[in-house]
Amino acid sequence: MSEPVGCGRVSGAVSGEGPPPAPGPDTERKKEVLVTARVGQKAPEFAAPSYYRGGFTPVKLADFAGKWVLLCFYPGDFTFV
Amino acid sequence: MSAVADNYARLQALGVEVLSVSVDSHFVHKMWNDHELVKMVDGGVPFHMASDQAGNIGRAYGVWDEGQGIELRGRFLIDPDGIVQAMEVMTPPVGRKLAETIRQVQAFQVVRASKGTEATPAGWMPGDPVLRPGPDLVGNVWKVWKPSMEK
Repeated sequence: MSEPVGCGRVSGAVSGEGPPPAPGPDTERKKEVLVTARVGQKAPEFAAPSYYRGGFTPVKLADFAGKWVLLCFYPGDFTFV
Repeated sequence: MSAVADNYARLQALGVEVLSVSVDSHFVHKMWNDHELVKMVDGGVPFHMASDQAGNIGRAYGVWDEGQGIELRGRFLIDPDGIVQAMEVMTPPVGRKLAETIRQVQAFQVVRASKGTEATPAGWMPGDPVLRPGPDLVGNVWKVWKPSMEK
């Protein structure tokens, strides 16, 4: 599955979350997303755009249900370590 | 990430799917893969390189660095039920050692296959004896395992 390639700034999001509230004088700033990853607990579900074998393919953690998953965060592309 | 890509076949043989995440766009992931990683790993990166430009996934996993606007080096091992079994978070300058991740996968798979009746002692490597926690093992671990057995 691929997705349209646009110029907007795209990002992953924790699944099930609504859009952030529009900022305004009476709008409370949305609370920080809580850290929910804990050992022994369910991994936070997410969906994100991704690059995969030559294409742009959205990916969700749920795509790998029933499998072991190694999820690796790193500081950035073209970094040295 | 190239170390993970280079060991992808080993991870796949263990039934492990890999997913990498950073704050770079998927377009930059493509350029990094096509211009650098492909020179380190035959065929380039074989797994999904996800983009999390707003740091939402990083926040949920506790690896978001607000000051730098990046994600720290974080490694999470998630089992087939979606449970986080292991995590390791490091500041950026030190890289991971993938052999330890693979060892942990193998250890967690032994525990899972035993339905929790077996445990792996410190330093356990595949083929080493496992522990079977129960009344008979209390006070008797020394008979089956000592620190000097750790390689």
